[in-house]
Amino acid sequence: MKFDTPATTNPIDNLKVVGRPTHRIDGTLKTTGRATYAYEWHDPDLRYAYGYPIGAAIAKGRILSIDATDAKSARGVLAVVTTLDVGEREKGEYNTAKLFGGSTVQHYHQAIALVVAETFEQARAAASLVKVDYAEEAGTFDLADAMYAAVKPDDDQTPDSAFGDFDAAFASAPVTLDALYSTPDQSHAAMEPHASIAAWEGDEVRVWTSSQMIDWWRGDLATFLGIDKDKIRLMSPYIGGGFGGKLFLRVDAVLATLGAKAVGRAVKVALPRPFIMNNTTHRPATIQRVRIGVGRGGRIEAIAHESWSGDLAGGKVEPAVNQTRLLYAGANRMTAMRLATLDLAEGNAMRAPGEAPGLMALEIAMDEMANKLGMDPVEFRILNDTQVDPENPERPFSQRDLIGCLRLGAERFGWRDRGQPGARRQGNWMIGTGVAAAYRDNLLVPSAARVRLGQDGMVTVETDMTDIGTGSYTIIAQTAAEMMGLTVEQVDVRLGDSGFPVSAGSGGQFGANSSTSGVYAACVKLREAVAQKLGFNSAEVVFENGKVRAGNRSVTLSEAAGPEGLVGEDRMEWGDLSKTHQQATFGAHFVEVGVDVVTGECRVRRMLAVCAVGRILNPITARSQVIGAMTMGVGAALSEELAVDTRRGFFVNHDLAGYEVAVHADIPHQDVIFLEETDPMSSPMKAKGVGELGLCGVSAAIANAVYNATGLRVRDYPVTLDKLIGGLPEVA
Amino acid sequence: MRAFTYERASSVEAAARVGASNPDAKFIAGGTNLLDLMKLEIEAPTHLIDVNGLGLDQIEPTPEGGLRIGALVRNTDLAAHDLVRRDYPLLSRALLAGASGQLRNKATTAGNLLQRTRCPYFYDTNQPCNKRQPGSGCSAIGGLSRQHAVIGVSDACIATHPSDMAIAMRALDAVVETVKPDGRRRAIAIEDFHLLPGDTPHIETVLEQGEIITAVVLPAPVGGRQIYRKVRDRASYAFALVSVGAVMHEDGTGRIAVGGVAHKPWRVEEAEAELTKGARAASTILMAGARPTEQNKFKIELVQRLLSAVISEARG
Repeated sequence: MKFDTPATTNPIDNLKVVGRPTHRIDGTLKTTGRATYAYEWHDPDLRYAYGYPIGAAIAKGRILSIDATDAKSARGVLAVVTTLDVGEREKGEYNTAKLFGGSTVQHYHQAIALVVAETFEQARAAASLVKVDYAEEAGTFDLADAMYAAVKPDDDQTPDSAFGDFDAAFASAPVTLDALYSTPDQSHAAMEPHASIAAWEGDEVRVWTSSQMIDWWRGDLATFLGIDKDKIRLMSPYIGGGFGGKLFLRVDAVLATLGAKAVGRAVKVALPRPFIMNNTTHRPATIQRVRIGVGRGGRIEAIAHESWSGDLAGGKVEPAVNQTRLLYAGANRMTAMRLATLDLAEGNAMRAPGEAPGLMALEIAMDEMANKLGMDPVEFRILNDTQVDPENPERPFSQRDLIGCLRLGAERFGWRDRGQPGARRQGNWMIGTGVAAAYRDNLLVPSAARVRLGQDGMVTVETDMTDIGTGSYTIIAQTAAEMMGLTVEQVDVRLGDSGFPVSAGSGGQFGANSSTSGVYAACVKLREAVAQKLGFNSAEVVFENGKVRAGNRSVTLSEAAGPEGLVGEDRMEWGDLSKTHQQATFGAHFVEVGVDVVTGECRVRRMLAVCAVGRILNPITARSQVIGAMTMGVGAALSEELAVDTRRGFFVNHDLAGYEVAVHADIPHQDVIFLEETDPMSSPMKAKGVGELGLCGVSAAIANAVYNATGLRVRDYPVTLDKLIGGLPEVA
Repeated sequence: MRAFTYERASSVEAAARVGASNPDAKFIAGGTNLLDLMKLEIEAPTHLIDVNGLGLDQIEPTPEGGLRIGALVRNTDLAAHDLVRRDYPLLSRALLAGASGQLRNKATTAGNLLQRTRCPYFYDTNQPCNKRQPGSGCSAIGGLSRQHAVIGVSDACIATHPSDMAIAMRALDAVVETVKPDGRRRAIAIEDFHLLPGDTPHIETVLEQGEIITAVVLPAPVGGRQIYRKVRDRASYAFALVSVGAVMHEDGTGRIAVGGVAHKPWRVEEAEAELTKGARAASTILMAGARPTEQNKFKIELVQRLLSAVISEARG
């Protein structure tokens, strides 16, 4: 099915199942420990061996030799697979850094060997017996220095944009802001570590892993192994968090397949926690410059956003300026991104890549400008709203209710009670509130599914879509139930298996809308098959209450299926509606913080997000996505930073003690409101993504609240007490 | 983690003898720190002596009016003990500011004193660290040092002692009771128990090889207003950037021990004599000779601000 005209009324609009608050259908499995995550698969007929990975001890250079003699003779050891033995391999399409193979070391903790033993403990003990000789080379690790040698990335990364005459407009604007901001490297820090099991049978291999994108992984693993994609079956039915860290093939899957080959047994490999932050990908640090020129009435006349980030050679820029091209009006504008080469681990997508760090800067800048103008930050944003693509005024947004989000949020949050900076105190707490706009593009990705109607009247959905904790199982069940006139209990959803049709996967907040649209398309096929078999006119056929009816004829689905059952399979593809219309999601974040007047400790007191994101498929799972994202935004604002040792070239705080994500005690009352909205341009589901929007802007709202509490402006994240303490009031 | 042999100690004396005869042996109690370090091979004992069966888990009043806390009393039990809460609330508060419920259920009183630094370079065996590998150098100096010590540091090490409990013990003048391998007992003032790094940061306490802690004794209660204030970036489950354990009296005198600033609980009795003159006077002496890095110099100001807050809180 190709979606190339706006959706009209369709069976989803019945909203008997879709749109209803529905608890996760996989929830009980998870809360009772019966959802089998990658490392936990256990086939009693397989004898598992355990692999323990070894990472490079240097940031850059070459491996001269690896001596595994002692390790190989250690108790229980079955094999040691080294990067030198494996040799150079072809890199997959989606990775920047090589995962394994050859003598080059590109970054710290790049995998260089795997010890396989009868037990995990034996493998781990033997790993330290492997001796490695390196020829270390000098590297570049400090973005603040490397930005001066940064270059313009490839054109396909849209490094520059310009509209009108920014320089002239900025020079003549009555009120201007020109400020630098920085965001640090961040780690996905998913609860479940990257983990895989591989088992070969002849020239075919089965891999159980933790992957957001089954087909990408399968293809890149085939490339690495130099085998046909068909020879790999990849399964990832449950994923304990990904956040972008499991979008692209990781080395646990590679090492498990190599280890399993070497020992002729199934091999389990999990990346140890202290290994993950330097071995896998991270959100790259940015240095951003924002300039805004405003006329007397408060309208933006000129806006510019420039960003510098780094990556390994051949890598990508962090697209931190994207939202600035679309979020606010202004006749004169420019953006630019420059890419520095850094010899740190691969920088890549993390939840809301681009918008998350971009809004961390832009939405402080907007607050600063509102402050300069003496305008309310909510009103300043509303005044500068746009309903069209500012670079192409012919091109409207499909739906855009940023103003609605800001207005409703301000009312519900009690924005009016806000004081002047540094004016509100409760005991030792300086109280402040902050606001920020949320923006994230709505991406559409082709997605296929197969639905089967059985004689028992049940529908089985098969798609390689993944559920990374987001609720995919549930919304897919809701979609199929709605389409086929069933309840959620009458739908069996099977995900995360490369044997199933290729879906959008989970990323870029495109998963929910794209994958349910694929299921919608498959269900349309199944409905046609049912109607055709029964000789019903498919135009007037109605599916409800487990029956299919046309005119005065009514047949149960079970009868319709018959002993052979019926199958519908299709793939949703996308036309030009995302080109003719800018499709995006919008929100407003409101935050109240307390800053300890003695210590400068910042604690969030309450949070509200108002989102305009098209149809909400399931208010329970959608809300979970948003509050999870808001929580992530608290960490990003106040504590998360991969600290770079710029001499030795690695992230120093590479465990969950040193890299501080928000804990329960940091998270206060959180509220989420979804505006009533459907977007017929987005899909037949009329839904859009929400999981990344929830993170966009949160951290800036917190930083703005800290400013309102203290009168101190911090432009370098995270906003920690050492950046405030010098400006805090004297302690009596 | 390397393979090791394991025994359950039959008595304190026997444990001490085995500990003395085998330099690669370690005592294990709660294991909340040691096992992590063994997994990363920062510690690689070849023999573990499990002391959990030795009793030593009672909290008893002493004839002097104080409290003897067995070495194996769990942090949770110590924090919740009626006499501790009544007479030494500082200790209870410090304990509850540390770790998590699960860890406190396992962690012991003696083990808490003996826990090792959380310097990230100490935790990464690829990096030079004089504490882990004497003579290899200190990576934290010139590296990531925001969490690190600002006073009592050396050119060999700027690590901190991470304990909250030890800060309270220092302010309360606790005494560590031990049994040596030859069976003799000794009592070590908490002040003398931990060492500054000097040229030998790998030597962290005055304990001799095999010497085993049996109890920590608190002197008779000192009253006063007892405050534990821990400063950190997130609200729970983080080591202190700076913490202050204070016992403040109505006349403005008091005791102050500071955590997160040194290789040991930091207390300077001469500084306490200045408390009545205010925080600036006291902290000037308390932090005299500090050698912070660019990243952690904020701790100096933070200590002074905390002293101010403690003084005004004590005034009520």
